[in-house]
Amino acid sequence: MTTLTKRTLSHLDWLESEAIYILREVAGQCSNPVLLFSGGKDSLCILRLAEKAFRPGRFPFPLMHIDTGHNYKEVVDFRDQRAEELGERLIVRSVEDSMKRGSVVLKTPDEPRNKHQSVTLLEAIEEFGFDCCIGGARRDEEKARAKERIMSFRDEFGQWDPKNQRPELWNLYNARSHKGENIRAFPISNWTEMDVWQYIEREKLELPSIYFAHQRDVVMRGGAIFPVNVPLANGDVINQPKPNEQVINMQVRFRTVGDITCTAPVLSDADTTEKIVIETATTTITERGATRLDDQTSDASMELRKKEGYF
Amino acid sequence: MSKIENLPTHNDSLLRFMTCGSVDDGKSTLIGRLLFDTKTILADTLTQITRTSEKRGLEAVDLSLLTDGLQAEREQGITIDVAYRYFSTGTRKYIIADAPGHEQYTRNMVTAASTANLAIILIDARKGVLTQTRRHSFLAHLVGIPHIVVAVNKMDLVDYDQTIYDKICSDYLKFATEIGLQRDGHDISFIPMSALNGDMLVDRGDAMPWYTGETMLEKLEAAPPAHSERAEQFRFPVQFVCRPHASDNPELHDFRGFMGRIESGDIAIGDSVSVLPSGLSSKVKAIQIGEEQLQSATTEQSITLLLEDEIDTSRGDMIVKTGQSPEPVKQIEAMLCWLSETPLSTARTYIVRHTTRESKAKVGTISYKVDVNTLDQLPADGLAMNDIARISFKLAQPLMVDSYITNRATGAFILIDESTNNTVGAGMIV
Repeated sequence: MTTLTKRTLSHLDWLESEAIYILREVAGQCSNPVLLFSGGKDSLCILRLAEKAFRPGRFPFPLMHIDTGHNYKEVVDFRDQRAEELGERLIVRSVEDSMKRGSVVLKTPDEPRNKHQSVTLLEAIEEFGFDCCIGGARRDEEKARAKERIMSFRDEFGQWDPKNQRPELWNLYNARSHKGENIRAFPISNWTEMDVWQYIEREKLELPSIYFAHQRDVVMRGGAIFPVNVPLANGDVINQPKPNEQVINMQVRFRTVGDITCTAPVLSDADTTEKIVIETATTTITERGATRLDDQTSDASMELRKKEGYF
Repeated sequence: MSKIENLPTHNDSLLRFMTCGSVDDGKSTLIGRLLFDTKTILADTLTQITRTSEKRGLEAVDLSLLTDGLQAEREQGITIDVAYRYFSTGTRKYIIADAPGHEQYTRNMVTAASTANLAIILIDARKGVLTQTRRHSFLAHLVGIPHIVVAVNKMDLVDYDQTIYDKICSDYLKFATEIGLQRDGHDISFIPMSALNGDMLVDRGDAMPWYTGETMLEKLEAAPPAHSERAEQFRFPVQFVCRPHASDNPELHDFRGFMGRIESGDIAIGDSVSVLPSGLSSKVKAIQIGEEQLQSATTEQSITLLLEDEIDTSRGDMIVKTGQSPEPVKQIEAMLCWLSETPLSTARTYIVRHTTRESKAKVGTISYKVDVNTLDQLPADGLAMNDIARISFKLAQPLMVDSYITNRATGAFILIDESTNNTVGAGMIV
């Protein structure tokens, strides 16, 4: 019954096909899903996958961004531009509105707002009655994430209970939920950072400029490169250097983009996707990465963001 | 310092495999070693486990610490679960399903096995073929994994003695023949190994010159990817129907695209197809991925199919090649693994999800359950978590099924408890 000579799918083809399948399962099983879209590289991959899944039709879900108000202007502009090019509806809900409502209370005015995104997200889920949120989390991001489901169940309080997750067998995903409950769907669960960059390269995806090497004022803070004097879309400037810190102008790029107050760039001269692919591969196979301590800090900060914030 | 020859290309293939064994067999060390020797481990992770190893007074870095998340959970008695890990060699990307191997975790093994095309079964060279080896082998076989690699590990602790290795191989083969592990398209192979020292994993080492076969990594690199081994008959469960009639583009007013993933077989423009369960026939007019047009498509590709004729088709229907139709059935006979802490109730109605289709189902009869250690068939009138049984269901809606042995995609189903929406059972159609 089997032949071994069939055309083989490359790993990128396979991952793409799996992700398309997952997006279509969400569309087929859920009545009111939403795609979380930040303008970051993972969510840009998911937009391309959604095009392949649903064109020439429209996406069977709107896009939504939970904006902390502390996002890089380049990324926010890119987010709006991309949504417009696609002709898809973009919902933006803001942590600052939750602060005005009093549902988010900051301990200090300049504390990172990532963890507060989940409050705003839950408010938005309730406002629109979403039964599923599609996100760009990947299992390779962290050890604890290695067991996350592709369709992950959240209770009425939006909580993830590792002991109460559904077994996931074959490609038979179970996205059923009762009213008030929520499914988080992760179409690129099985992708690594390398796969993401290769896919961006293969699909010639455009990205916000800060992913590529650029000159930036930074200070060294807590062993990491910390961006300073960052202008916001509203004209404010945040991340002031402390009096004892020396501002240096460095060539850096961001491996992940998120809240300005807690995402660190890495030293890099990779100014094209091709160079980033090579840099990602080289980083991966560096056995003792003393020079890459900065990467590690940026990765750790990303993980924190994922755990406490969005997902 | 940089090894660009390991840079993955866009055309790498992909293999999903699972590891069966307990921590005592050196499973974590095996996985750690694969990740380490293929240079998948990031510097920060390595620094971290080096520090932990030093703290514990170990001479060398303990690679099993890479999968320490699981071990910590076990110590605390939290639910153990399947973990997925990734590495790439420059020619192939790998997804490892890492399942705990102890007796009470049958459901996790079945879960991990469901997406694997190859299983590594670990045997401790000092202990030989144990009850758990039989259990792992039976489950891998039940879930239809075509390639079994028996890794006789800890050879360093038996002085790399070939006679011990040979004895274990022949013991295993004897047992494998008894339970029918070897069948058409399925194979078993053996490797002597020391995961701790890295012998015969990625590097051969020089401790076992008597072994001339492939290393573990060579075996993994040579195994066929899953989609190349699927059944030949075309099976296309419809996931979603695309009808952009409200679009501004008048050319799209009659567009009707059937979206799904090819679960087996191939399709080309002009092929005659039937839509099930209605049985109505048509021809393939176009094949697309997004707006890209294809002439043909193959197993595991997610595509959009356009047909010549307007046939009423919705999610849950299945498109097949005319003349290759599975018979729609309203009763199924299956091997079922019970996954839930709440036992199976023969009085209740469950939901069967098969491909993209659902039906209500009632238990017919439980013929027997299997003792996974002795493989004895025992009488049963109910099922508890981790039980495996032969069982029949009556269905409210017809399903288009193949036997699991001929088709792992259209022979599989899950059971859902309607009150909790939990996935409570995993079935393989006999």
